[in-house]
Amino acid sequence: MTRRQELLLGVLGAVLAFGACEAVSRAGLVRRSYLPPASDVLARAAQLAGDRAFLDGVGATLRAWALGLGLACAIAVPLGLLLGAVPLLDAALRAIVEFLRPLPSVALIPLVSLLLGSGTTAEVTLIAYASLWPVLFNTVYGLAETDPLAKDTLRTFGFGRLAVLLRVELPGTAPFIAAGVRISAAVALILAVASEILSGFGQGLGIFIAQAETATDGTRDVLAGVVWAGTLGLVINGVLVGAERRLFRWAHETPPARRQPGPERQEART
Amino acid sequence: MLRLDSVRQRYGDHPVLDGISLTVPDGQLLCVVGPSGCGKSTLLRTIAGLLPAHEGTITVDGTPVTGVPERLAVVFQEYGRSLLPWLTVRDNVALPLRRRGLRRAARHAEAEAILERVGLSGVARRHPRQLSGGMQQRVAIARALVCRPSLLLMDEPFGSLDARTREDLEDLLLEVHRADGTTIVFVTHDIDESVYVGDRVVVLSHGPGSRVVRDLAVDLPGERDQIGTRGLPGFVALRTEVGRAVRHGE
Repeated sequence: MTRRQELLLGVLGAVLAFGACEAVSRAGLVRRSYLPPASDVLARAAQLAGDRAFLDGVGATLRAWALGLGLACAIAVPLGLLLGAVPLLDAALRAIVEFLRPLPSVALIPLVSLLLGSGTTAEVTLIAYASLWPVLFNTVYGLAETDPLAKDTLRTFGFGRLAVLLRVELPGTAPFIAAGVRISAAVALILAVASEILSGFGQGLGIFIAQAETATDGTRDVLAGVVWAGTLGLVINGVLVGAERRLFRWAHETPPARRQPGPERQEART
Repeated sequence: MLRLDSVRQRYGDHPVLDGISLTVPDGQLLCVVGPSGCGKSTLLRTIAGLLPAHEGTITVDGTPVTGVPERLAVVFQEYGRSLLPWLTVRDNVALPLRRRGLRRAARHAEAEAILERVGLSGVARRHPRQLSGGMQQRVAIARALVCRPSLLLMDEPFGSLDARTREDLEDLLLEVHRADGTTIVFVTHDIDESVYVGDRVVVLSHGPGSRVVRDLAVDLPGERDQIGTRGLPGFVALRTEVGRAVRHGE
């Protein structure tokens, strides 16, 4: 399938889904206050783009998203390199990591709110925690995939352990890390909106959704907020995929035998 | 001068090399042949200091090898795995120069000069995977030569190339060897190749626990060419002798 056909089918799918929602609502199959026509929701979403207060909220959410994700990367990449490079440490921490990893991060929202209140600190902490894992695991996994022959080659030129790490292992792992960051970016967005909805104070896209819920006829606003969240996710993913293609073009050139790029070991989980 | 004295190597309980002793004078191009699995690559990795010898000693110019020797370069068979795909050809070749504290411009100049020497002046800014296998192996050879090694180890470097490319690279190697006089240990399983490129051919026996079963001087004119040399009676006789030794391990 060509890129063009793919794009066309994507648009077709979206149009069909839109049409179905519209038809179900207009035909009166469900009450309008439950499911407003899709056109109403989109119109409201578009209208929100001109709403100063709403945009400030989105800005606040994105700020928390970026801070949390940045923090997660700043911790996960060095930690992953350390775990990958020191098998002893990896063995010692494995049990803890495997215990923490499957915990649904959303379930931690009440605990974190209790400890850190319901402000930005709690939100950023939650985001950072949840988005730590995909980056961490992809870093460790990518490091394990580094070609031993490439490492040996550098060693024969007299490079030491650290130089091999920086010149071979880190660049070789970079596409894996980037894939981890992309998965984490989605996780972080989910956590940002969810923690705002659950805490219900302050400013943000999640707050907008939480407050619309309580208004009469608020479904339309809730859905408009959801459309915004989804669109943000789509845009972020698109930007990251584009950046990966650009930066790691070498990983997509005919690979020599053993390694396939485009690693996505870690599924998004919240 | 490279000296191996009763070098033994094993993987667990499995003996690989059983007392290899060799002296390689400066400037010699020594070919090591043997049946597959006889430990030729292990021998090379041991000389390179990548594997510590289980027993015995290796010295380079009188200094015992404990880690990777100074002024060493290695060319592996799998160029696709030993070149770094994210660096350009020029940066791959310039990489070993980083240890010499040269400035960027000087590194690039040296890399480009050596690339020209191996017949690759046009591709400095391409990436390895955009090149053919033969060109990639030329890049790996250029990278090995850029630091003017005193000892060059080659592990079946032309084993995965087609016949024509292989012959071209054999001639390139001979040309480089003649000009630089580098000591070269060249591992191959190709009997004809060993006689064609070598000044001397050493045959290892079947594993487990390989030893040197034949040590032959290649008494052919220094100037070699793919058609003429391979037709010489001396070449044919040596090839037969090496072939017999490889086959029967005697």
